[in-house]
Amino acid sequence: MPDDPKKPGGIVRPGADVDLDAPQVARGQWLDGPPSIVGRTHRKVGAMDRMQGIARYTDDRKLPGMLHAKLKRSPHAHARIVAIDTSKALAMDGVFAVITGRDLPEPYGIIPWTKDETALCVEKALFVGDPVAAVAAVDEDTAIAACDAIEVTYEVLEPIFDPEEAIFRGDENKINPFARRGNLTKHVHLEFGDVDAAMAAADLVVEGEYYFEGTTHAAIEPHCALAHYGADGILTVWSATQVTHYLHRELARVLGVPANRIRVIQPPLGGAFGGKSEPFDLEFCVAKLAMITRRPVKLLYTREEVFYSHRGRHPMKMRYRTGFSKDGRILALDAKTILDGGAYASFGLVTTYYSGQLVCAPYEVATYRFDSSRAYTNKPACGPKRGHGSVQPRFAMEVQLDKAAEALGIDPIELRRRNHMGENRVTVNGFRVGSNGFLECLDAVERASNWKEKRAHLPYGRGVGVAGSTYISGTNYPIYPNDMPQAAVQICLDRSGRARVFSGANDIGQGSDTMLAVLVAEELGLRLEDVRVLSADTDLCPVDLGAYSSRVTLMVGNACLQAARRLRRKVQTSVAKRWEIPRRRVTLAGGEALDLEDPTRRVPMAEAIAWAEADHGLLGEVGSYNTPKDRHGDYRGGTIGASPAYSFTAHVAEVAVDPETGIVTVETIWVAHDCGTCLSRRVVEGQMEGSAYMGFGEAIMEQHRVDPAHGGVHAGPSLLDYRIPTTLDTPRIEAHVVEAPDPNGPYGAKEAGEGPLHPSIPAIANAIYDAVGVRMDAMPFSPPRVLEALEARRAAEAADAVPPWKADRRGEG
Amino acid sequence: MLRLPTFEVVQPTALEAALEALAEPDAVAVAGGTDLLPNLKHRLAYPRRLVSLARVEGLARAPEVEADGTLVLRAGATLARVAADRRVRTIAPSLAEAAGRVASPLIRNMATIGGNVNLDTRCRYVNQTAFWRSAIGGCLKSEGQVCHVVPKGRNCVAALSSDTVPVLLSLDARLVQRAAGGRRREIDVASYFHADGTAHLLREPGEITWEIRIPPAVQPRRTAYVKWSVRGSIDFPLVSVALRADLEEDRDDAPVVGWRVVAGVLGSKPRVVKVPPAATGAPLADPAVAEAVAEAVHRQCKPLENVPYEAAYRRKLARVLVRRAVARLGGRDTAR
Repeated sequence: MPDDPKKPGGIVRPGADVDLDAPQVARGQWLDGPPSIVGRTHRKVGAMDRMQGIARYTDDRKLPGMLHAKLKRSPHAHARIVAIDTSKALAMDGVFAVITGRDLPEPYGIIPWTKDETALCVEKALFVGDPVAAVAAVDEDTAIAACDAIEVTYEVLEPIFDPEEAIFRGDENKINPFARRGNLTKHVHLEFGDVDAAMAAADLVVEGEYYFEGTTHAAIEPHCALAHYGADGILTVWSATQVTHYLHRELARVLGVPANRIRVIQPPLGGAFGGKSEPFDLEFCVAKLAMITRRPVKLLYTREEVFYSHRGRHPMKMRYRTGFSKDGRILALDAKTILDGGAYASFGLVTTYYSGQLVCAPYEVATYRFDSSRAYTNKPACGPKRGHGSVQPRFAMEVQLDKAAEALGIDPIELRRRNHMGENRVTVNGFRVGSNGFLECLDAVERASNWKEKRAHLPYGRGVGVAGSTYISGTNYPIYPNDMPQAAVQICLDRSGRARVFSGANDIGQGSDTMLAVLVAEELGLRLEDVRVLSADTDLCPVDLGAYSSRVTLMVGNACLQAARRLRRKVQTSVAKRWEIPRRRVTLAGGEALDLEDPTRRVPMAEAIAWAEADHGLLGEVGSYNTPKDRHGDYRGGTIGASPAYSFTAHVAEVAVDPETGIVTVETIWVAHDCGTCLSRRVVEGQMEGSAYMGFGEAIMEQHRVDPAHGGVHAGPSLLDYRIPTTLDTPRIEAHVVEAPDPNGPYGAKEAGEGPLHPSIPAIANAIYDAVGVRMDAMPFSPPRVLEALEARRAAEAADAVPPWKADRRGEG
Repeated sequence: MLRLPTFEVVQPTALEAALEALAEPDAVAVAGGTDLLPNLKHRLAYPRRLVSLARVEGLARAPEVEADGTLVLRAGATLARVAADRRVRTIAPSLAEAAGRVASPLIRNMATIGGNVNLDTRCRYVNQTAFWRSAIGGCLKSEGQVCHVVPKGRNCVAALSSDTVPVLLSLDARLVQRAAGGRRREIDVASYFHADGTAHLLREPGEITWEIRIPPAVQPRRTAYVKWSVRGSIDFPLVSVALRADLEEDRDDAPVVGWRVVAGVLGSKPRVVKVPPAATGAPLADPAVAEAVAEAVHRQCKPLENVPYEAAYRRKLARVLVRRAVARLGGRDTAR
């Protein structure tokens, strides 16, 4: 096995269809090195517990004497809280405590520079559903009745729902009391090169206005938190969170309890997708109520409350101008974006940067300018959702490319090839890109979809579209500035032949525990089932920053490799000593220690570990990881979008558009994704499929919005009214794994959880155009909108303003 | 999770006991519960007692065909069973189709045909949580005095959302209603509904639907159920039209001699569409026939913004989907 992290050499790569219970490689059958489990298909860690229904989620936890909490919420989109009378609620039988904003006045926020929310509203309620009080009672029904008995006197204020109006009127009607500049959360203006000159010199300038409707995560498990305040003064919070550490920090600050008296545990999670990546009101409330009542307190959101907590994708209005040379090269890109942020900043400062920073790669963009403004509005707060901030601009970017390809008479895949930036390059905005498998991704989807044939021959009403993208494998810097490692793990081996990996990272269903297990098993020659990953418990595990920005595989994976290599060396040394051979001749693979020069000489790992434990004492090592600091330009904001490694994706979507009804049926999505070295094939494919599915739902049907005509109520806070696709609606999705190993990734691995979503939406938009000749520049591509566009096109065709689309490929229908 | 209000549940096995329990004030019948329980969670009613019909003898008996050809469905038959039943599929294929398109498989395993006939009307401003409704001040069907669908409207227009009602009406079905004291009456499905979304059923107090009787066809016919919703499962209908074409002879290409076309999801009662003479006298495959039926549906069916989807679009879509469905009945497939 190589100790060189750059090369995953000696890897045996069987096909994807592997019997999960079969022995991994037969004895003595090494093909080109010792047996390896990297890149094979594994059973996901924890999968059987979930399949059998025995995984215990946060809400499954019950403690003796536990109380139930509920939140009282504002029915007004914008209102000053004049008075709150809790006396009737407190007098009720079974009510143990009632708290209001004044009990938790310390503002918090995931981004240290925008701490602009409190656990419960103090001065004002900022959207319909903003919580103003919390009750702990003997059961849920009593808590609900007590919430109803709380009397809140509001002075109703004028709400603002339009982001541009909000920014314009920020002085006279400021929404968020902690905001620094009216209703502007953040404004970013960055320019790289002389955009105006390049645009003026361009042979073709494509201009477009795009609208991305807001969408939410719709994780099946609602947010839930349980707090216990022990007689020893230790506060324990179990929460359905994807950021145990940040929650730990903010709990300490807001509650005024030292961090070393707090323990945060993340039980198995039923999905998150970015919707659980910051502290939420319920976590502070259960902690505070547990401290007041000295009883455990649990709060489970209703589905409606999940919609109010939201933090989903920002609606964005995007105005794009892209300049091209005759041969299709991107000479200039000028983007102006308004982000509708909702009532709180959440990650919004970062989202504002992401709305521009990641759009250039995988293309060589000669000059680039973006101007993004995020507004506060009286709506549930937006935040990060799978592909944070960069899914919306990718829609605009890739449709612009499609428009240019048509105008220049270049095949859209070819246009993208011509602009391919290549590997080991720096983007115009200063990000250093290492490995880059984008061309292979384009090749894979072109081939798999039979692209050329379909472009040339699909009849009117059917079409194919392409789009590409890039994404980060972890953000280069932590959310709060510090010089400590970005990731750290501790690994212990014991004489049972087992490794325990203590990692603060959060497996949110994306499979990160599996990635860590694969890396540790590979490095130590253990079978996968001999590795236990114990994660996301701040008492057991070293600090990790959590599951966001697709960071865990790369960052925690590297930390795992460091610790595992230290252990490996100790075990090798002890085996070598007993066999009286040099350490280099000892390898660990397939559950055994082996002599590389005499493969008949072997000993089970349990015994090898016992020898090492005898020689070295308890076998425990730590590993940590910090990012390289040469990944970005030296300008304000240049760190956002910087990553140790970038993944690349291409999609081709095939659609059928019913010209009479506007109904779009997405039939197949071919996804090719460069995840660097693939560590665990089916988990990677699952992430690719899940991403494509999620993007498809956003493209075709999802709409997260409020109803301004009815005081800003949510347009339908339920999974009946907020429609996400069922299996019957979901297209065939074909995942093609592309591997361009990156020197910065563990064994060369990069991310796979978020990148594969990005091209979904523009690929579908471009396919709709290919099918029927209408540009869908506003989302979602719902039947009424598509039909309206079709009717406009037909009118234009009738007036001879445009030629009939695919005139030679129309049937009689 | 939303909580249910507290109530008492009785589970009688004898019909008469169930009917007596229902005669008490504030008692509500529950069969599959798939409509009632979500509505209770939304606090749209606070019944003191639920009378479960699940164990009532005979209520869930398998569909039967009587000697004269009448198809008899007991109200307690699940929608899954109605959809799969061989007799239903043969005699009333559009009913099997409609029953099989309600909600999702899990719900169809619970929900009953009687429950679907008696399904409460639905509205985007009603079927929300009590908190949500409080933010808009309620409406005629809940805690308020206004209509949010028809501003200044004094009459609730919540939508009849049953998939099976338009079909049953198109098949001239009759309901057998039972109440305590041996009271029994039969009523046409056509007469069972009226245009008030707050009380759209002409159901007498304490009454339950016992049987649904579909008379034998007097004429050869072809039937279809047209449903559209955004998703292929789970959703209530956004377009819902039952079609019945009576033919001169039992051949696909026989001339049509009469129509029975019924639309749902408009207001609170099903609408019987008046089909013009242009739609008869020619075979179903004649494009003019399909066009005439579709045009009649389009003219007479004006969806409202009572369900969460664009009304203008639903109206246009109904026309296209009805035209295609008629063509399909005639053996022509014009859908892409």
